Amino acid sequence: MTRLTVNGTEHDIDVDGDTPLLWVVREQLGLTGTKFGCGIGQCGACTVHVDGAAVRSCALPVSAIEAEQKIVTIEGLSPDLSHPIQKAWLALDVPQCGYCQSGQIMAAAALLRETPKPTDEDINAGMQNICRCGTYNRIRAAIKLAAESPQAQRG
Amino acid sequence: MTTTIETSRRRFLVGSALAAGGFALGFHVPFLAGAEAAAETAAELNAWVVIRPDETVVIRIARVEMGQGTLTGLAQLVAEELDCDWSKVTTEYPTPGQNVARNRVWGNFQTAGSRGIRDSQDYVRKGGAAARMMLVQAAADEWGVAASECTAAGGVITHAASSRSTTYGKVAAAAAKLEPPKDIPLKDPKDWKIAGQPLPRLDTAEKLDGRQVYSIDVKLPGMLNAAVRACPVFGGKLKSFDAASVEGMPGVRKVVAVDDTGVAVIADTWWRAKTALDALPVEWDLGPNAGHSSAEFAKVLREGLEADEAFVGSQAGDVRAAVAGAAKVVEAVYGVPHQHHATMEPMNATALFTGDRCEVWTATQNAEAALATASTAAGLPIPQCEVHRLHLGGGFGRRSTSHDFVRQAVLIAKQTPGTPVKLIWSREEDMLHGRYHPVTMCKLTGALDAQGNVVGLHMRISGQSILVSVNPQGLQNGRDPATFQGLNPSGAEGVFGYTIPNLLIDHAMRNPPVPPGFWRGVNNNQNALYLESFVDEMAHAAGHDALEFRRRMLVNHPKHLAVLDAVAEAGGWGKPAAEGVFRGLAQHMGFGSYVAACAEVSVSREGKLKIHRIVAATDCGHVVNPQQVRAQIEGSFAYGLSAALFGEITVKDGKVEQENFDSYPVMLMEDMPAVESIVMPSGEFWGGVGEPTIFVAAPAVLNAIFAATGKRIRTLPLSKANLRSA
Ligand code: FES
Ligand code: FES
Repeated sequence: MTRLTVNGTEHDIDVDGDTPLLWVVREQLGLTGTKFGCGIGQCGACTVHVDGAAVRSCALPVSAIEAEQKIVTIEGLSPDLSHPIQKAWLALDVPQCGYCQSGQIMAAAALLRETPKPTDEDINAGMQNICRCGTYNRIRAAIKLAAESPQAQRG
Repeated sequence: MTTTIETSRRRFLVGSALAAGGFALGFHVPFLAGAEAAAETAAELNAWVVIRPDETVVIRIARVEMGQGTLTGLAQLVAEELDCDWSKVTTEYPTPGQNVARNRVWGNFQTAGSRGIRDSQDYVRKGGAAARMMLVQAAADEWGVAASECTAAGGVITHAASSRSTTYGKVAAAAAKLEPPKDIPLKDPKDWKIAGQPLPRLDTAEKLDGRQVYSIDVKLPGMLNAAVRACPVFGGKLKSFDAASVEGMPGVRKVVAVDDTGVAVIADTWWRAKTALDALPVEWDLGPNAGHSSAEFAKVLREGLEADEAFVGSQAGDVRAAVAGAAKVVEAVYGVPHQHHATMEPMNATALFTGDRCEVWTATQNAEAALATASTAAGLPIPQCEVHRLHLGGGFGRRSTSHDFVRQAVLIAKQTPGTPVKLIWSREEDMLHGRYHPVTMCKLTGALDAQGNVVGLHMRISGQSILVSVNPQGLQNGRDPATFQGLNPSGAEGVFGYTIPNLLIDHAMRNPPVPPGFWRGVNNNQNALYLESFVDEMAHAAGHDALEFRRRMLVNHPKHLAVLDAVAEAGGWGKPAAEGVFRGLAQHMGFGSYVAACAEVSVSREGKLKIHRIVAATDCGHVVNPQQVRAQIEGSFAYGLSAALFGEITVKDGKVEQENFDSYPVMLMEDMPAVESIVMPSGEFWGGVGEPTIFVAAPAVLNAIFAATGKRIRTLPLSKANLRSA
C-alpha cells in the first residue's frame, strides 16, 4: 500500500512502487485532467504540484513520494476556476485543443508562486511545456495578466 | 443489443454529458433524470437545432473540435441565423452512425483542409435560418397573425402590432411539427451580430480544470487497457512473441497478436500493460523495407530533379527557350525532410466488441472514416457499429485519413468480447507509426532579362505523393494534383500569384516507403518555401528590392498583392529596423485564403537565431470569429516554425530514428516570436484559416536570415544550418 495525499485527500493505493505518479493519478485515482504526452519528462503535459513545486509526474515513481507530501493536480488547483492563472486563461481564451493546458496551468501557477512578477526571461525559463497548437503568446500574456492579480501568489 | 453496451454507454455518457454540457442525441440515459427529462421534451427543429423548454439551444456540430475553434465558429453561424440568445447555446456532436441512419443529414464529418467552416457554412446557416422561420411561424400560428408581422431576436419572438411576445422554448414543440421552409434566405454578413464577432470560445472553461474528457480519458465499466507495438520497420510483420514470459506480470490479462502486424498486452491498467509490453520478447519479419534510409531517399529524389519525365502542374510559354536566352540564370536546389505531426494527445481509441456490435470512442478528424475502419476490423456491417467522438488533443491531419489506431483497438477488443479495451499508443509508438509530411526536393531555375525581370521559371519538384498512398482515386492519370497546392494556374485551393511569361511547374514522383499523410498546411508548406525563397534569390540576383520585385509580378492577382502590401506596410519594410534586426517577406494562397508575412530576425555572431516578430496578414473572405482567426495565425506560426527550426524525421534501416520529444524537438515558449496579425477579409468568398499562415512562416524567416547573414538556407531544419558569421 502506498499512501498519497492528493488534492487534500489521503489515499491508500495498491500499486507497484515504480509506477509513475502520472498513471496512479489517472488510473487509480481517476483524475484524468493530468495528461500523458511523452512519458519521459520532456513535454510537461503531466505537470502537477508536489509541495507547491511543479513536477513532471510521468517521471516520478510513487515510491519516491512521502505520504505527507502534498500533491495537487489540475482538479485541485481551485474548486471553481478561481485561481488567478485560471481566471487569466479564461479571460484571454488561451486553450486551443487544450490537451497541454493542465500542465501549462500547473507550471504557470508554480512559476507565479516562486516569481510573482516574472519577466519574459523568467517565463521562458519557467514554462518549458510543449504546446503543439501554439498558444505560447497567449500563455505569456495570461501569466502577465495573472501576475497583476492581488491573489497571484496563492498556491 | 446486450446489457453490457447499454451500461457502458450510460456510464460513459455521464462523464461526457457533464463535461460537455450536452448529451449524445438518440441515446437514453435513464438514471440521468434531468438530462433524460430534457431529452424527451427537447424539440428538434432540424438536424442542426434542438431547443429545450428551458430555452437551451443545442447546436449540432458535424465537424470536430481539435483546437481550431470550429465548434464555436459553426455554432456562431447557426446562432446568427437562428437569432437565438448566444448565452443559451450549447453544442453536441452527432455520431457517424446517426448520420448514416439519417441519410447523411449532417453531410460531411471530415475536418481537414481548413474546410470546417468554409465547406459547411452555407448549409449550417440555412439550418439556423430554417429553424428561426419555423419558430416564428409557430408563434404567428398561435396568435393567428401573419409570420411576416413577427420579428425574432435573442430567442424572443415579438408581434409588435399586438404587443405580444413569446420565446423559442415555448413554441419549439409546435414549430418542430411544421413543414420546413423551402426557400431559406440568408443574412448579408454585413448584418451579422453573433457571427463575425470575437466571441469567447464555448469550450474554454472545461479545459482549465481537467473536466474536458478527451478520448484518452474515456472510462467504461470493466474496461481493460492495452499497449501495442507494431513492427518498427514499415511494412514488417509479426513473426512470434513469447506471451508466457510476461503473462505472470502484475495486472496482465492477455497478450494478443494484432493480425500479423503487431502485438498488444492487455492489462488492468495501461501502465502495467506497457510495462509488460516493454518486457515482451518479440520477433519481427522486417520485410523488404529494412534496408532503406533517408540518405538513400535523398539520392532518389535528387535523380528526380533531373529526370526527363515529370507530371506537369502548370505550363506557359517555353521555359527552356527563356532560360537559354536569358541575360541571367539563377538556379537553386531546396529540400524539406519528413515531419511528424506530434499531436499532444497520442493516438488512442477505446473499443467494445460484443459479437454482433462494435462501438468505438476516439479522437478523429473523420468519424465516418473511423466508422468504416471499425466496421471492417470488426467484420460487422456499418449499422452494427458506432463511433463516439470526443474533442481532439490535436489533429493536424494525423487523425484524418488513417485510423490505424481504431483498427488496432477493434482487433484487440475482438479478443476480449464483452469487455471494453482502451488502447493508448506510447509516444514512441506514435513517432514510429506516423503518417509523415512527405519528403520533397525542388530545383528552381529562373531566367532574368537584362532589366532583371523574370521571363522564365522552372520549378521541378521531386518527391513523395500523398494521394498515391491515402487516396489513389484522387490521382489524374497517375498525376497527384495535390502536389501542386498553391502553384495552380486557377482554382480556390491555391493559385500561383506571379505572372511569368514562360513557366513550367512539374513533379517527378518518387515515393519512398514511408507512409505519408496530410500534415497541417500539406504541400503548400514546401511549395511556398521553395517559391518564396527563390523569388528572393531572383530579386537579389536582379539587384531589386524583394517587395517591389514581387509587386511587379503580382499585378494580375490583387488579393495576393493586398496581403503582401499589408505586411510590408505594418512590418516597416523599407524603413530601418532595430540594430541587428533584418526582415524577410513571403506571400502565398492556399485552402481558399491569401496570406503574407513579414518576419524580423537577428542572428548573433555565434550563429544564434532569434525570431523577434512576425507581422501576418490573412484575407479569408469572411471572418466568423476574428479572435479565433488570430489564434490560428499564431498557432500556424508555432507549427510551421517548429518544423522549420527543428523538425526532421529520418529513417535508418527502414525505421524512424526519432522516438520522442528528446530526439524530435519542437518549438517552446522561448522560440515563439511576437505575432501581429492583420485580419483583412475582403468578402465574397470563404477561405480557411487553420492552416494557411503556415505556408509563409518558414520562407519569411529564411528570407530574413538571408538578409541578416547573406546565407541562403535551402535545407531544413534550421537547427542543422551553420549561421555563424564567417
Ligand atoms: S508526459 Fe510527463 S513530461 Fe511529457
Ligand atoms: S492547446 Fe493544444 S497542445 Fe496546447
